[in-house]
Formats: sequence, C-alpha cells, structure tokens
Amino acid sequence: MPTPLTQDQCCVIIGASHAGVSAAFALRKYGWIGEIYLFEKTSHLPYHRPPLSKTFLYEDQSQDDHYLKNNDSYKDQDIQLHLNTDIIKIDRHDKYILDSHSKKVTYDYLIYACGAKALVPPIVGINNSPNVFCVRELDDILAIKAKLKDVELPKIVIIGGGYIGLEIASSMRKMNAEVVLLERENRLLQRVSVVEVSDFFESLHVSHGVKVFKQKNVNAVESTGEGLNVKCDGGSNYQADIVILGVGIVRNVSLANEAGLVANNAIVVDDHCRTNDPSIFAIGDCTEHHNNRYSMDLRLESIQNANDQAKVAAANICGEQQSYDPIPWFWSDQYDTKLQTVGIYSGYTDIILRKEINNSNSISIWYFKNEKLLAVDAINHPKAYVLATKIIKKELIVNKEKCANPDVDFHPKNIIST
Amino acid sequence: MAKITFITTDGAEKNVEGTSGSLMELATDNNINGIDGDCGGVCSCATCHVHVLAEHWDKVGPPNQTEADMLEFDDLVTEHSRLACQIEISPALDGLVVKVAND
Repeated sequence: MPTPLTQDQCCVIIGASHAGVSAAFALRKYGWIGEIYLFEKTSHLPYHRPPLSKTFLYEDQSQDDHYLKNNDSYKDQDIQLHLNTDIIKIDRHDKYILDSHSKKVTYDYLIYACGAKALVPPIVGINNSPNVFCVRELDDILAIKAKLKDVELPKIVIIGGGYIGLEIASSMRKMNAEVVLLERENRLLQRVSVVEVSDFFESLHVSHGVKVFKQKNVNAVESTGEGLNVKCDGGSNYQADIVILGVGIVRNVSLANEAGLVANNAIVVDDHCRTNDPSIFAIGDCTEHHNNRYSMDLRLESIQNANDQAKVAAANICGEQQSYDPIPWFWSDQYDTKLQTVGIYSGYTDIILRKEINNSNSISIWYFKNEKLLAVDAINHPKAYVLATKIIKKELIVNKEKCANPDVDFHPKNIIST
Repeated sequence: MAKITFITTDGAEKNVEGTSGSLMELATDNNINGIDGDCGGVCSCATCHVHVLAEHWDKVGPPNQTEADMLEFDDLVTEHSRLACQIEISPALDGLVVKVAND
C-alpha cells in the first residue's frame, strides 16, 4: 500500500537540466503535493542542450529562445529553483543535503540528475592553450561565438568524429569557417554506428568542404604566435584559430560516490530508476540501467533517456509503480540532413540498407537479429523512423524482401509482414 | 497576440495567449498535458501532436513535408493532424482550438 502523499514531504532534485527539470514537473503531474527543490550549480535558467551544437551556434539567436521552461512555469508549479547553488554533501543517514550556501534541506526523496561534463582528454598542452573549447554548456557556445567574432575566415580544428564533432563541423561550415575534423578511429561515428552510416556522413561532410582525417590521434596542442598547432601521432599537424573537443563525457558522480551510492563511472539504477538507496533516484546522462528489452547494461546519453527516466522516477516517488523499459531513440541534424535512430543495434545478425528511388538522400538502415527488428537508422526518412518505432514496440515482423527492394513502395502494408 | 484553446484528452479546456514562438512552446510554457516537445521543436519526435478542429484548419494549413512524414504512420493521425512545433504563433491563429492527441 503506497504511503499517502502529504504537503509536508520534500523532494530534492540535484541538477536542473533536461532530466532534473522534467522530473520536477512530472512530480506535480503524478500528484506530488509536497515541496520540490530543484538545485542547479550554474547561473542560467535551464535550457535546451541539443541546439547548442546546431542552431544556437550558427544562427543569431537569443538564449531566451532556448529555455526549457520560462521563469513563471516554475512558480506556477511551486518548484523552488535555486540557481548558482552546488550541492556539496548528501547525508543519506539523516536524509539531508548541504548546499554551497551552507543551507541544509531535509528530503523524503532525492533525485540525482547531475549529468556529465565534457571529457578533456590527456593531450599535452590542452589545458593551458587558449581558444580550446568543449561543447556541453551554454557558456561553451557563448565563448566560441565570441571568439569567432574576432577572427575573419576562422580555421577550426575539431577533435572527435562523433555526433557532437559532426554537428559542430556542420554548424561551422554554415558559418563559412574552414573545418578540419580529426577522428582517432578508422571511421566517423565508430562507437555508435555501422560502416554504411559512417560512410554516408563522411561523404556528406566532405561534400560540404570539411577536411576529414581518420586515424589521427592528437597528442599535443600548442599555442603559437598565430594561433594553435594541433599535433598528431605520425607527425601531421594542423593550424587552428579555435580547437573544439567532441570526445565524450565524464559523468558527474563524485557526490554520489562520496555518499556511498553504487556508482563507478555511472550511477547504477534499477527498473524504477532507484539507486541502492530506496529514497534516492538517479536519472539522465549520469546513470546506467539494465535494459530488459535489449538485455544489456546501457548508459544512454540522450534527451529520450533524460525525459523518460525523469517520468519513471517521479511516478515511483508518487506511489505509481512504473518500470523504465524504453526503446531508445535519438536524432542528429547536420546540414539539411536529419538522422533519426530508434532501438539499439547491438547483436545484429543482418542489415538491410534501403535507398528510396524518388529521393536518393532518403536512406534507412534496418538492423535485425534473425527475424526480429532491433533498430533502424533513418537518414532523411521520418516515415522509416516512425514505422520502425511501431514495429519494434509491437514486435511486428518485417517483410525483409520488400523492405530491401526500393521498387516496393514504402508503406506499412508492404514493410510489415502479415 | 493570439488566443488559443487546448483541449486535453480528459476533455478539459485551457485557454492561453501567445505572441511568438511555436504552438508547442506555448503548450509547454503553459504545462498543457500531453504535449512534451521532447526534441525541442525540430520535428523529430512527434510528442507535440495535435488535432486541429476542422473549422479552424484554414488558420494553420497543411503540414510541411517532414511533418507529414512524421505523422503519416502515427497511430493517432487524422486529416487535421499537425505537429505543434511546426505551427508559428501569429495574430492569424487567434481563436484557434486544438485537441491534444496524446495523454
């Protein structure tokens, strides 16, 4: 029998980005009538992160256009948002947090939504060279934009050919900057995609004038009189006005570790997004969960994961048993190309690559484990993305022969086996 | 300024006012149930699906191509479906009434 919710209860949320903000509003939706504290260590009203590497970088937009919720929304839902406030201690025994202003707040439930920071790799000179930027926070992008104003025809060197690196390359090309992209592995998007997708995006970027170099391990960044010199194993080097890093994240778990929560490099949560402490939940980029659908431990770095874990945690706090059983989805916008992915392709036995006849830019890659559809990468193909989501959700069977044949019209009556 | 009415799946009506931005942003600013806007308004997630009442269809017009592709195979699609993130608020929308497709 769930405990009735009362006004004298308190839920503290640490971290006010996508996951934390979603959790705060979801708590009200699920019936929480107690206090909600939402702590954020940075100074900005919570904002959308995906546009940082995209439109916010290359368009002249105000940051006011990118807030997750306007100021009034927090007041309307009686969510106490505290910016510029770090949490320095979680006392699990007496159930309170201590903030950086020496304030103590006692909680009934705690939601840890601290996210991650950009990884700065151990490259010689990287920490003390000017004009080296990460892409994670609003302040990173504001700094990049400020520097770009100073330089005519800027030379950008991007370290990392994952989604961030590629989106930044695309944005920089839209701004007419010269772009060199250095990827350590033998193809772009190596961690997250198959060769066919890597090849597509490499061609896309090369056709837009990006100089893509693979198997380039950056070993040093040095400041010269004229800018930066980026050096790689093997002796090659590249001149830059600005160096931008897109090589992954480090999860903000030290506070959790200190409090004794199970968190190696990510906070482990169960199906209800609960940590090893029954009063503490963790959500978003900082977590690891066991995904039952795909039978694997996952550390998802996506809006989908942040929002959906937030809802599950909030529901469970309010007494409604909800399990986190997602079909992960993700998107990336580069130039005029939209990539939408649904599912996880790990363990696939065969793939189908389908290129639409009426539009050679519209491509879908279907990953199967025998007859079961695991995932789809849809490039400029929202219909494939939507249909694949439905097929995976309802565990329908795909007619592989028709799916593989671009002469067959892309329609559920053809793609789904009956 | 446009006065817009959202009807959620429970039948409740909420009247709001907007001057700029998208219909999705107006909905999320006003905490309208069933409109999430997960992708932030770039036509990539379909969590802002609305059904425009027939008599108001001319105020908004048909979906763009990407939007139509996102909607075509959606279980809840009707001939008056739109993704709210693709509808820009303007005085032309004054009096618009939409039903929220999802819970």
